[in-house]
Amino acid sequence: MNDDSNTISRRTFLRYTASMAAMAGLSTVLPTYAFANLEDRDILTPQGPDNVVDLTIGKMSKVIDGKEGEAIGINGTVPGPIIRLKEGEDVLLRVKNELDEETSIHWHGIILPFQMDGVPGVSFDGIAPDSTFEYRYPVKQNGTYWYHSHSGLQEQLGHYGPLIIDPAGEDPVEYDRDYPIVLSDWTFENPYRVLANLKKSEGYYNYQKRTLGEFFKDAKKKGMGNALKDYLSFGKMGMSATDLADTTGAMYTYLLNGRGPQSNWNALFKKGEKVRLRFINASAGSIFDVRIPGVKMTVVQADGQNIKPVPIDEFRIGIAETYDVIVEPDDNQAYTIFAESLDRSGYARGTLAPKEGMEAPVPELRPRPTRSMKDMGMDMDMGDMDMKMDSGHNHMNMDGGAMKMKMDNPKPPVKHGPDGHGIGAAAIAQNQFDRLHEPGIGLGNDGRDVLVYNDLKSLNPNIDERDAEREVELHLTGNMERYMWSFDGKQFHEVEGPIDFKHNERLRLTLVNDTMMEHPIHLHGMWMELENGNGQYNPRKHTLLVQPAQRISALITPRDKGRWAFHCHILYHMEMGMFRVVQVSDENGSIY
Amino acid sequence: MRQLSKFLSAVFLMILFMSNNTAVAQKAPEFSNDLLMDNKTYTYIIADKLEYQSMPGPNPVMWEVQGYIGKDLHKFWFKSDGEIVTTHDETELEFQGLYSRAISRYFDLQAGIRYDLIYEGNENLSRGFAVIGFQGMAPYFFEVDGGLFISEKGDISASFEAEYDLPITQRLIGQPLIETSVAFQDVPEYGIGSGINDIELGFRLRYEIEREFAPYIGVNWERKFGKTADMYNDPSSLSLLGGLRMWF
Repeated sequence: MNDDSNTISRRTFLRYTASMAAMAGLSTVLPTYAFANLEDRDILTPQGPDNVVDLTIGKMSKVIDGKEGEAIGINGTVPGPIIRLKEGEDVLLRVKNELDEETSIHWHGIILPFQMDGVPGVSFDGIAPDSTFEYRYPVKQNGTYWYHSHSGLQEQLGHYGPLIIDPAGEDPVEYDRDYPIVLSDWTFENPYRVLANLKKSEGYYNYQKRTLGEFFKDAKKKGMGNALKDYLSFGKMGMSATDLADTTGAMYTYLLNGRGPQSNWNALFKKGEKVRLRFINASAGSIFDVRIPGVKMTVVQADGQNIKPVPIDEFRIGIAETYDVIVEPDDNQAYTIFAESLDRSGYARGTLAPKEGMEAPVPELRPRPTRSMKDMGMDMDMGDMDMKMDSGHNHMNMDGGAMKMKMDNPKPPVKHGPDGHGIGAAAIAQNQFDRLHEPGIGLGNDGRDVLVYNDLKSLNPNIDERDAEREVELHLTGNMERYMWSFDGKQFHEVEGPIDFKHNERLRLTLVNDTMMEHPIHLHGMWMELENGNGQYNPRKHTLLVQPAQRISALITPRDKGRWAFHCHILYHMEMGMFRVVQVSDENGSIY
Repeated sequence: MRQLSKFLSAVFLMILFMSNNTAVAQKAPEFSNDLLMDNKTYTYIIADKLEYQSMPGPNPVMWEVQGYIGKDLHKFWFKSDGEIVTTHDETELEFQGLYSRAISRYFDLQAGIRYDLIYEGNENLSRGFAVIGFQGMAPYFFEVDGGLFISEKGDISASFEAEYDLPITQRLIGQPLIETSVAFQDVPEYGIGSGINDIELGFRLRYEIEREFAPYIGVNWERKFGKTADMYNDPSSLSLLGGLRMWF
């Protein structure tokens, strides 16, 4: 009851601030950190002896680059407010639902009791309209994370926000300023309509298909024979070389801290300062390639975990991943933070500047790449080509004087087993490649130093030194033509029960991507120690961006019993069945 | 009094403590695999052709409409095509209602019934068929559709259609098409002779203003063969056409 009166006053307050913002001529309701002067007072921190954070989920209107849309906001903003917690504290996050449908918040990447994980139907009942759910958990980690709805397609409407946890001890990362950079995708279309369009017409949002003109261009470049061979080999399998993303810039405006490319977001710095940028990809369907022309970035954290610093020019951030970088701009000038969508159909941008309102040149979008035979897992002699590309890459590193050592010793390709995964799988990767040293499609061949998964080396050793006792292999499968997505050819509605993990066992999870698209695979409630050859320093991740035809593995120790969601973080792939429940139980089969 | 209030507050604290505990110890929902939208029913209707043809003699308005209601692997599919010659009070239409089941990655097997109607002046001709067919995407992106028909009198015939989408630009799409039908016996009252009845070659050029809404122009060439051709004055025809492709 007390709660209700609080909420009403808060709501009135929000309305008031919103109208104030409108009066001040601001075009949109944004979280306060979206304004140039980001100060500590704009951040939600736990209050009172119980460490309470209050959040209210509600409908709101949001203006993106001058156009108004209907959004779902948290405390009246999109993205939601920065929640800043402290490692070692118990927190109480009260989430009030003012929507007329069920909602939820999932604390992405947080290790907590599963009842607090926030997945309706898996770990709790969801938050009914007009009710409040109390999330209580001890904060046992630090770093950059985020939170978002796990109900329907709410996430696409703006229901997400950054979550930052300060370390209990000293932060190994030194910085003078600190900005979360929330990348996301916004559509004015109803997301349920988006899903129906994809279901009825494959490639609905792809306005970058290969055309007749492109064929002749390719023929001129590669020779008629080669071009024809390439086009025909895709055609033979009924696959498209331009299947880069299902949802594209044709429907999306890409946002940086809630602002479209026209409404330039500013981060301020003084020359000589170390600025920490906490990149969070909160998109429903967009993978971004991020760079700041003129500035070298040093990656210090991945998925909230400190890593040995890696200096780079560019990184790819999968949906739901986070990367923290340190930049030290040399000059008193503006620099563009440029995040291009993987399919090059648009970009999000902001500006790092010594003064408010400054702008720097915005780079051109690079040409859209095309999928290769290797992405289709075909039996082709690609070894040579890889070697050439990699050595070129290293050569450039040396030229640039970078001290970085790349581990370019990929494991040999693995052949696919006899299971074709049925109708749900349009293809299988006959050859599964290591690919941990590959930056991914469209990257790494223009002289820039790009982060690869092999670069990620944990700052602190992993505790569990055991080797895997058991292996679970799952194949990522899909049929783009029918818009069905699944694991091992089975959509979620077809499975009989959860995947069983044993409490405290040491497990190897192997993921094989049988599709020709990237899938960011997220496991709730436990870390995946990516096996990238660094032994005890293998990086701990909550989300693995799996490349086409890639075979990737991670070691897992399920320390918390319960039921955990496991899914592709492309929202539409998850909803179309690329989802499983993982059950961690003790030897008696109990999850409590 | 004091004792009582102490007792009450102790009880209150206990309840508070317990409720705090239950928040953490609450039971998880029973496992269910009905949490997502991956088993939803969709409805789709497409007027692939809705056009006016200009040819020597009567100029027909022609349509080819189909659609489904159903899930990924099981659907009810309907197809209708036909033409109306507005100047001559002539109508020819065909309707199929089919159960459609996914049998491979890109193909559905379909079975059901077909109903034909020819209306000319005051004369009315109709017949029913049993249908078995297939529909899907063949290698190299050919959309194909074929059916075998057995009429209520036992006559057997078959039809086959293939089309291809060729993007010239992202919105300008060329669509070559081939259609043919075969009969295994003569059915003179319907203008059908045994053997290959006809071959139709078409090319349509559409502009997708929206994916769902595309006006087009095109040409269509049709030739009748064998005994079927004998029943017509002019066994081949060439027509220019204009129309609209729509779906929702």
